[in-house]
Amino acid sequence: MMLKMRETQLALCIVALIALVGARAPVFVTPGSLSNLLTDSTLLVMLALAQMLVIVTRGVDLSMASSLALAGMMSALLASRFPALPLFIVVLVAVAIGLGLGLINGYLIGYLELPPIVVTLGTMSVYRGMVFVLSGGAWVSSHQMPADFIAFPLTKLFGVTHLVWIAALVVLAAWYVARYSRFGRDLYAIGNEPSSARYVGIPIARRLLWTYGLAGAMAGLCGYLWVARYAVAYTEIAYGFEFTVIAACVIGGISIAGGSGSVAGAVLGGLFLAVIGNALPVVKVSPFWQSALTGLVILTAVLINARNGKQGGRQILPLHLNKATGSAA
Amino acid sequence: MSTITSTGGNAAHSSRYVIADKPQGGLRAALASREALLALLLLGVLGVNGILLPNFLDPYNLADSTFNFSEKALIALPMALLIICREIDISVSGILALSSVAIGLAHANGMPPEALLPIAIATGMLCGCLNGIMVTQFGLPSIVVTIGTVSLFRGLASVVLGDKAFTGYPQAMADWGQGYFFDFIPREFVVLLVFAALFAGVLHTTSWGRRIYAIGNNPIAARFSGIHVDRYRLMLFMLTGAMAGLAGYLLTGRIGSTRPNIAMGWELEVITMVILGGVSIAGGAGTIAGVMLAVLTLGAVTYGLQMANIPGIYMTIVIGVLLLATIALPRLLRARKK
Repeated sequence: MMLKMRETQLALCIVALIALVGARAPVFVTPGSLSNLLTDSTLLVMLALAQMLVIVTRGVDLSMASSLALAGMMSALLASRFPALPLFIVVLVAVAIGLGLGLINGYLIGYLELPPIVVTLGTMSVYRGMVFVLSGGAWVSSHQMPADFIAFPLTKLFGVTHLVWIAALVVLAAWYVARYSRFGRDLYAIGNEPSSARYVGIPIARRLLWTYGLAGAMAGLCGYLWVARYAVAYTEIAYGFEFTVIAACVIGGISIAGGSGSVAGAVLGGLFLAVIGNALPVVKVSPFWQSALTGLVILTAVLINARNGKQGGRQILPLHLNKATGSAA
Repeated sequence: MSTITSTGGNAAHSSRYVIADKPQGGLRAALASREALLALLLLGVLGVNGILLPNFLDPYNLADSTFNFSEKALIALPMALLIICREIDISVSGILALSSVAIGLAHANGMPPEALLPIAIATGMLCGCLNGIMVTQFGLPSIVVTIGTVSLFRGLASVVLGDKAFTGYPQAMADWGQGYFFDFIPREFVVLLVFAALFAGVLHTTSWGRRIYAIGNNPIAARFSGIHVDRYRLMLFMLTGAMAGLAGYLLTGRIGSTRPNIAMGWELEVITMVILGGVSIAGGAGTIAGVMLAVLTLGAVTYGLQMANIPGIYMTIVIGVLLLATIALPRLLRARKK
């Protein structure tokens, strides 16, 4: 039963991949290297979780990387102008900016019922352009940012970085939201059958507004973390990252047609891509292969997922055709 | 949930999704159409820029400004057909990069200059074929497949290129990429116009074109009425690939080199052109005229910004706002009327 689950298979794949790489290059499985791997995967995992909620509603958020860049740039500018500002206010501002950007998406998609892919394609360009306008095209580099601003993401607490702790909290929160909260369950209902969702009284517009708002807020948080972690902010940060995030979701088995997908899937999808990215230099494969391999992995994952999906339709209620009750379900 | 967008205004009695045997005539309907709106917008942009910028309407400058968008527009044409057919191809920039690399490899290995164009187109078609097979044979959503293949194609291109670049292309390619007819009209633009006429003819006057609309409106009904839906999809993906290959040939000829970041991010610009031109992302509606008008409008705005010495990135804001405004305004106006 457990073995048949997509998430378990993916997890086994990741373990096998790590073991395989470890066999060729033992340095890869040292605690230090693995902890690096975990840190590298956090931003992707967090963004994939938010993107998952969006994809579950039959939507997609292409503007995430741009929101990330805009919030990151604004937090960097804020911190460099007012170095005395406490860090949590800077982070809060980044999240609030992201939330605002996401709510714009959400309003257009939820209340005006515009197609998500077009709306986020448009806002993606606008937000990215605004990064340039705000920064004047200049870089904000590490010596302009306060020390605690840069230090926070990579500071260690009980042996792992703050980034990992934050990601762990986000995973827990996403798991609760997707699994147990009314909000999260509504999203699955909307993605499965929008018209039925409307009939049972789910406020679709409001749910979509806040889903995209949430995705924006997550992008805002990651924006600060990204800028602080790499200690530089410029117009092209995270350029093209929206596709990596969607790829992580797709690998994790989240159906682009909406209505299905799990938190574990998104987390594992993000981890998988991070493992590939970190393993290639270790086994001395030219980094130029990374993109090609990522593409192959995505295609393989969707092929496998499509095959899994074909095995019988979903059985929601147990069958009562014979005297046997639905014990097989 | 309806993702249907409408041109608004007279939406009550004419949906964009109705396929009339013959388009309804009438001046009012023509004026309310997306194409008329875009044409007005284009005239407005030309007028405002012409007044504000002294050299804007100089014919030689105008002709040269078409270099900015000709290659992208060549990809936008088949992309419009794909989107009308309810599919999408995110991988076009990857295909373009790979065909450019294929040309470079072939040239470096001593292939004659005449062979390079067929190689570019064949590479593109092969890539498109892979997309099409994944979509039709395995029933996968095209957006997912092409997000995968874009990284595959671009990845393969960068594997071949490494940190080098192909340069030193033959004169024939530069002639097509940078050359002019009669020392005035850029050849690329002429190629674009020829293809636009060809695509418009196929889409709007042949039964193939009607079937593409039928598939976009309802693929299942189209299949039951005897249309080889999957064959059309496969052909359209291959066509898109081939056109991306052609664009790759022209672009490589124009800039004279193949670098790993060639045409980076073009997929979204191309899709924006198509959507701005009034092609519905939900499929089944749109015209080549609309796409071409959107291409020209965007071209005029870009050119105006360049003349006014405004950095190119402002252009992305303008494109985004235009895209959002053209889909959101009709919706807002209609909501007010209710």
